[in-house]
Amino acid sequence: MSKMHVKMTVNGKEVEALAEPRTLLIHFLREDQRLTGPHIGCDTGHCGACTVDMEGKSVKSCMTFVGQSNGKSVTTIEGIAHPDGTLHALQEAFREHHGLQCGFCTPGMITRAHRLLQENPSPTEEEIRYGISGNLCRCTGYQNIVKAITVAADMLNAQEAAE
Amino acid sequence: MIPGSFDYHRPQSVSEAVGMLAEMGDDAIIVAGGHSLIPMMKLRMALPEHLIDIQDISDIKGISVSGSEVAIGAMVTQAELVASEDVHAVCPILRETALQIADPQIRNVGTVGGNVANGDPGNDMPALMQALDATFVLAGGSGSRDVKARDFYEAAFFTAREEGEILTAIKFTAPPAGHGYSYMKQKRKIGDYATAAAAVMLTLNNGTVSSASIGLTNVADTPLYAEAAVAALVGSSLDDASIKAAVDAAKSITDPAMDGRGPKEFRTHIAGVMVERAIRAAAANAA
Amino acid sequence: MNEQAPLSREDRVKNLKGIGSERKRVEDARFTQGKGNYVDDINLPGMLFGDFVRSPYGHARIKSIDKEAALAVPGVVAVLTAEDLKPLNLHYMPTLAGDVQAVLADEKVLFQSQEVAFVIAEDRYIAADAVELVEVDYEELPALTDAFKALDEDAPLLREDIKDKMEGAHGPRKHHNHIFLWEEGDKDGTEKALSDAEVVAEELITYQRVHPCPLETCGCVASMDKINGKLTLWGTFQAPHAVRTVASLITNIAEHNIRVVSPDIGGGFGNKVGVYPGYICAAVASIVTGVPVKWVEDRMENLTATAFARDYHMTGKIAATKDGKITGLWCHVLADHGAFDACADPTKFPAGFFHIVTGSYDIPVAYVGVDGVYTNKAPGGVAYRCSFRVTEAAYLIERMIEILALKLDMDPVELRMKNFIRKEQFPYQSALGWEYDSGDYHTAMEKGMAAVDYDALRKEQAENRAAFDRGETRTLMGVGAAFFTEIVGAGPVKNCDILGLGMFDSCEIRIHPTGSAIARLGTISQGQGHATTFAQILATEIGIPAEDITLEEGDTDTAPYGLGTYGSRSTPVAGAATAMAGRKIRAKAQMIAAYLLEVHEGDLEWDVDRFQIKGNPEAHKTMKELAFASYNQAIPGLEPGLEAVSYYDPPNMTYPFGAYFCVVDVDVDTGVVDIRRFYALDDCGTRINPMIIEGQVHGGLTEALAIAMGQHITYDEGGNVHGGSLMDFFLPTAVETPVWETDHTTTPSPHHPIGAKGVGESPNVGGVPAFSNAVHDAFAHKGLTHTQMPHDHWRVWQTAQKLGLTD
Repeated sequence: MSKMHVKMTVNGKEVEALAEPRTLLIHFLREDQRLTGPHIGCDTGHCGACTVDMEGKSVKSCMTFVGQSNGKSVTTIEGIAHPDGTLHALQEAFREHHGLQCGFCTPGMITRAHRLLQENPSPTEEEIRYGISGNLCRCTGYQNIVKAITVAADMLNAQEAAE
Repeated sequence: MIPGSFDYHRPQSVSEAVGMLAEMGDDAIIVAGGHSLIPMMKLRMALPEHLIDIQDISDIKGISVSGSEVAIGAMVTQAELVASEDVHAVCPILRETALQIADPQIRNVGTVGGNVANGDPGNDMPALMQALDATFVLAGGSGSRDVKARDFYEAAFFTAREEGEILTAIKFTAPPAGHGYSYMKQKRKIGDYATAAAAVMLTLNNGTVSSASIGLTNVADTPLYAEAAVAALVGSSLDDASIKAAVDAAKSITDPAMDGRGPKEFRTHIAGVMVERAIRAAAANAA
Repeated sequence: MNEQAPLSREDRVKNLKGIGSERKRVEDARFTQGKGNYVDDINLPGMLFGDFVRSPYGHARIKSIDKEAALAVPGVVAVLTAEDLKPLNLHYMPTLAGDVQAVLADEKVLFQSQEVAFVIAEDRYIAADAVELVEVDYEELPALTDAFKALDEDAPLLREDIKDKMEGAHGPRKHHNHIFLWEEGDKDGTEKALSDAEVVAEELITYQRVHPCPLETCGCVASMDKINGKLTLWGTFQAPHAVRTVASLITNIAEHNIRVVSPDIGGGFGNKVGVYPGYICAAVASIVTGVPVKWVEDRMENLTATAFARDYHMTGKIAATKDGKITGLWCHVLADHGAFDACADPTKFPAGFFHIVTGSYDIPVAYVGVDGVYTNKAPGGVAYRCSFRVTEAAYLIERMIEILALKLDMDPVELRMKNFIRKEQFPYQSALGWEYDSGDYHTAMEKGMAAVDYDALRKEQAENRAAFDRGETRTLMGVGAAFFTEIVGAGPVKNCDILGLGMFDSCEIRIHPTGSAIARLGTISQGQGHATTFAQILATEIGIPAEDITLEEGDTDTAPYGLGTYGSRSTPVAGAATAMAGRKIRAKAQMIAAYLLEVHEGDLEWDVDRFQIKGNPEAHKTMKELAFASYNQAIPGLEPGLEAVSYYDPPNMTYPFGAYFCVVDVDVDTGVVDIRRFYALDDCGTRINPMIIEGQVHGGLTEALAIAMGQHITYDEGGNVHGGSLMDFFLPTAVETPVWETDHTTTPSPHHPIGAKGVGESPNVGGVPAFSNAVHDAFAHKGLTHTQMPHDHWRVWQTAQKLGLTD
């Protein structure tokens, strides 16, 4: 089977490549684009380590073919920090509140939390837990992740209010 | 983990998609959201030579609500369904059900059409659509036809959809305003397929059940419309004996698989518990 | 420039961010920005990718393997089978338990998913295609998946490769499927105690087969530099130095020509201790081709072929007086090791530290016998935050205590208190041979009971039970306690070794002229935050702020030899080495200070970050100044520079303990167990970083929840594995995971340089019995003594049904 022309915007940058149609978006990002932030943690679409933001929605990139994402805009963890390099509130809060240990789920988790807070700027604890139910973590027991997201939400809302 | 090779196609219209299916025959599979199909392709349990991605077809997107008449395009995602205030206003059980499917990421991409079309007995929408007495619209080489949800499912992964057809829309009439509803689902963890689930809708008239509808998820190789259970409820005052009769009738049509969720008798028992709790919940929120 | 006012002592301590500080982690900067460096992130020029053909059968002969179609796929470089590895004598590899394991199946397969052939191709997609095209002709054989049938006379012969070896690594084998019998304690004395006892409780308690399932699967990149004759292995290795030594022994490449690197590891939990066929095959492939070869397994491969955990069938008999004083404990274990004994235990202990089965109790006489058997299942056994079978032992004793309490009609917490080893009895010589270092169990238990208001919970439970019987509610409340003592920190070289390598550990420190430092350890973090916490130990020991200390692990070219990180051993062993190395630094610094201040060493005292003249603190030299001096001064009798190394052989294991309480509400009609509350009090001795300890407890409790409430890898009669993907293998999401309440007491270890004991595995050790006891407790008043885990919905419902509580 021949390769297809793939064109999408990744972290604000236009990218073009030739790829087999069966190339999973996670592999395209990690190997073709050398963005190794999103990870592979399972085969069945359960763990969420591969989560990216596509056209304003959290999506599991291990269950998406490159063809399906053609023409679309994708953001990975590498695109979450601010353009000037300062950390996003979530990245700061995860560190401040020990929301990670081995770091493997962290890119997908933060990418998901980033979109969650845009969908729901002041989520309750229950809404956060439900909102990250597509992201598994084996190290933290989620408690500090929830705390970090709550703190980040407060930080972002305070910034909004100040502006 | 790695799927087999295929050629990728993105038709721009229903007729173009139908044309491709006719040309490629059983070498082709339609992909909507892909979150049922792609896992199977990664396991190489599905090995299409052609993948037909229908995401660009505008005719199969969108939700329309006109009075009680609801039409949901096949490509409407679970997330879009959840977000639709129009649908929620006339038929709130849809949001309640969609929120119990998978997880946020999968709901962003998984479609209602995909959920009802592939015949996976674990999917939640089919039983709900049967409870709603919904109609599925299928487009094929010889035009469009309607098939009732209650007639659509034949066996696990076997449906009335012919090889060259695409499911384009789901239509139903919402139950009367003030109806009670509940999608009661027991699962091992959030987002799992149901151990057993019941979709119940009913209307009350001075404490008497004037209409009811009960669908069962994942307790047979197809969704189940529990007709006898409905009959046991209609005309009753939702007294314990009638509810028990409905529960027993529902249980009697189950034939669940045994899997990690438990042995058959457990899943049948849970189906009964879900039916009972759904009936009581529906009664509680009925006007 | 204005001189800053001198910092107060309190501020100087604070600035160090030493022991006790909730220092934020240095690792987080890269992980939160997606800049971690995990094995699958490694990309080298010319790198090939390897993938396995795996057996669909649990037990079968291999009649033939046809590689032709696979080799014809463009981009496929080679297909390895056992035939290709035989000339190198690599078709079998030694395991960490004194057995051998097939690298690629030789003539027969012994478990579903076993490695049969290794395809090497230009990329992973081509490799996957080629895997499908390798044709293997099998002749199916009857599978043995019931451990209780393994020693039957007519049980199928599994291990033809060792069928004539009736003397195993751990003594005589009494049957072709028998691996070892390990015994400890006083068998006769214990049997006598049982026969003399006023009360005996007996139960078969199974700890089901589960799997550590770290989020990152196992993998490696092997790169043979043929020009320089050097092999480099990057991999998910919890023990990189041991891997280097083993790699040298089996490849015959001299050890100084092998470099092993553990980069960032996405969780280990014991799954990444052993050596897997994938590592060997990748190394062979690279040695042969001269280019890098990567192997990374997928999740299903991980769950069905790598080191599982538990699968212990334990029969416990506990003897007591009718007032509840325990007089003896007898335990027999049927240990299911799968097809190969690849259990990562110290060589002398094929059942790990199961000795700890006497738990927190003063039991005068005890006996334990463990029979290991082969079955047609994946190999392994020791893993999953268990400190070498400690989880199994703790589960047994904490269940037996509850069962005994029922028999005695005594409150189970009261029964525990009555039998606790008392504070004055430490160091305590247990009936099974180890000496517990320190403990204050009564204080911890009382603190826990007060925190959860135990009496109020029992009162509430009584009301709930009455309401249930009156038909007012369909949920039953359960209160589960667990008081665990675990044994970690392997371990003293005289009795702890892995493949002959003593289980010491190490730290090497070098201070730079400008007063910052680099330290390297023989351990390797997989999320525990060593780069953050071990710098804290040093900061306190040598008075340089933790922020100024780089801490590295995992590169065998630079790190001193160590036995790696598992079994909560890093803090007890490498942490001790770190403190000792720090003290060597300080000792030399003291000499330099004495020289500079022109006094005798004995006239100096250490204060936080400096040496000062006793009685004249204004006359001092900070460590920073002393560091520069070591590069700058010609001091008679002293070498220049400031560095030290310590290899620490711990005198004993350490014994963390804890009091956990779990409150559940069980819906008897659905079997759903709602975890209402979980309180965990841990005593890990000196607490280096409370924030990190709390994180470890949260994570371990979540793993314990999974194990107790739903995780299970099973095999059917046909040898097929179930639960081998995340579709069914229970990993809780944030929704199922409750809020964890953590607490602590601090009882330092008297033999550890900083009194620390380690904590990473405590929550899994204590958590599982706490959850399990809570579920049992919900039904105890209705006559339930024991029911096997996991306590998933259908099993709980069946229990309720058997007790007549539901239809």
